[in-house]
Amino acid sequence: MAPTRRPGLRGSGEPDNSGAMTSEDLSILIVDEDRVRATIIEDGLREAGHQRVTVINSTQEVARRIVEIAPDVVVIDLENPDRDRLEHFFTLSKALQRPVAMFVDRSDASAIGAAIEAGVSAYVVDGLRKDRVKSILDMAVLRFNAYSRLQRELDEARTALEDRKLIDRAKAILIKQRQLSEADAYNLLRKTAMNQNRRIVDIAQSLVTAAGLLEP
Amino acid sequence: MTDLRITAGFLPLLDSLLLVIAREKGLAAAQGIDLALVRETSWANIRDRVAVGHFDLAHMLGPMPIAANLGLSPIAVPIVAPMTLGLGGNAITVSTGLWRRMLDAGAPGNIDPGPAGAALRAVVATGGPRLRFAVTHPHSGHNYELRYWLAASGIAPDRDVDIAILPPPLMADALAAGTVDGYCVGEPWNSVGVASGAGRIVTVKARIWANSPDKVLGAGERWSAQNPEALAALLRALYAASLWCSDPANHAEAAAILGAPAYLDRSSELLLRGLSGRLELIRGESARIPDFFVPQAQSATFPWVTHALWYYSQMVRWGDVPHTTDNARRAANSYRPDLYRSAIAPFGAALPIGDRKILETGTFFDGVPFDPDQLDAYLAAQRA
Repeated sequence: MAPTRRPGLRGSGEPDNSGAMTSEDLSILIVDEDRVRATIIEDGLREAGHQRVTVINSTQEVARRIVEIAPDVVVIDLENPDRDRLEHFFTLSKALQRPVAMFVDRSDASAIGAAIEAGVSAYVVDGLRKDRVKSILDMAVLRFNAYSRLQRELDEARTALEDRKLIDRAKAILIKQRQLSEADAYNLLRKTAMNQNRRIVDIAQSLVTAAGLLEP
Repeated sequence: MTDLRITAGFLPLLDSLLLVIAREKGLAAAQGIDLALVRETSWANIRDRVAVGHFDLAHMLGPMPIAANLGLSPIAVPIVAPMTLGLGGNAITVSTGLWRRMLDAGAPGNIDPGPAGAALRAVVATGGPRLRFAVTHPHSGHNYELRYWLAASGIAPDRDVDIAILPPPLMADALAAGTVDGYCVGEPWNSVGVASGAGRIVTVKARIWANSPDKVLGAGERWSAQNPEALAALLRALYAASLWCSDPANHAEAAAILGAPAYLDRSSELLLRGLSGRLELIRGESARIPDFFVPQAQSATFPWVTHALWYYSQMVRWGDVPHTTDNARRAANSYRPDLYRSAIAPFGAALPIGDRKILETGTFFDGVPFDPDQLDAYLAAQRA
């Protein structure tokens, strides 16, 4: 069953008059198992005026729906272990008969590098004008990077919180066992860390572990 | 002397062995190479990251550099294969349900591809739902071996069965769930299917096509032209690794190294099966297959132009690419024995005299020989 070919979807041998269409007419498919990230990218594309954006979280669903969606551009997450299978679906599907991973011409090597660095790849229907796709990919790369940054910050915040709890527990042990004030307990941890060239949290961890061993 | 830094990508498979051993046994360092290994999740990522230069080179499917040079890959960057990473290493595993039907149809219960193929053909002839097989990538030895075995057994791959693409870690589960009836893949994924109780190894690559390559070292043509010394040093390190791996006394250690979390993250017992050629075919039934995976003997690391041309003949056969003189030349030039010879010369090992050889009767299980200089005739016979 061949999907209906929309105007503007042409093979490379035909004249390219796709510029006559506005960017909103492109069908964009986002395949990402990370629902939150997929939503962030989808929002970005919608804000940029793209109306036809579909998000799919599972490979099986791609197989079922690719003909119906007939994407002009597919954005996928590089960490997806199913990427070889997805790529095969794109090749088989009539809609993306000749999938082109991002841009084929060498002058775009840095753009491709940036995308892969960010963990994103895109497939583009052959014959689509490069400048129409570039803004979509740029948006995906920006949002992928922003999401990674967000996750990193979240991880750091989580670690910082856990570190503080650990230091508090170490201080409590010192206050109880050595009758120190809270400020002195902290200073002792800090001085020991400096002397041993270790982080305060590592000293706190050792102290908490040691105290645990001595408990009855 | 400062170390030359090389970054290589690999997929967690048994035949990433030489790269892992070259690094972990200090063989790369001994050649002045600081070898960084990066585990990847798909062949597409390997291809793209070599293309954009994140990886200097990588563990690749044998037909992948050929596909890249024929313009079949989405990112068309020329890739060369200056070394083969061992021979064999693959098998075909079917579900225990299909295996019972094959036994009923006369499969003798060994790993002979001929009788197993005849039994499968009889099963297919009884009708019922189409059998579904899985391979890891369209341009893979797995796909072409499976198709060769089916076709030579009288089963038309595109008409009588379905062949799907599936990542190796999902294969055993798909077999257990009945989503696929069989698959062709590299170790340890056949042994994983057997250990889970879902499958039976019906035949192995070494029996379908004796002494055949599966993975190669693939490098960007531009990188290898700009870094000839680094490449040669790495080839020597990998050659040294192949010598180390060929000693059965080292198999247990090799399996332990490869099984570490950073590499395959699997029990060494499971990896030892493929390494030592003592495979469990189905739970409780073992077989000794000494040539299952060969890292050194039989010029196992030599990138034969013949092998590139045989893969090309299968790409033509299954419609990946039309046969032209120019395409055949591109395929042949994808494997680079010249780079191999000049790098390995210092070992003083006996190297093959030519870059081409005739794959004599007996190489393929159906007895059909392959002469790389008679490509047109071979292609014509395949069409018939």
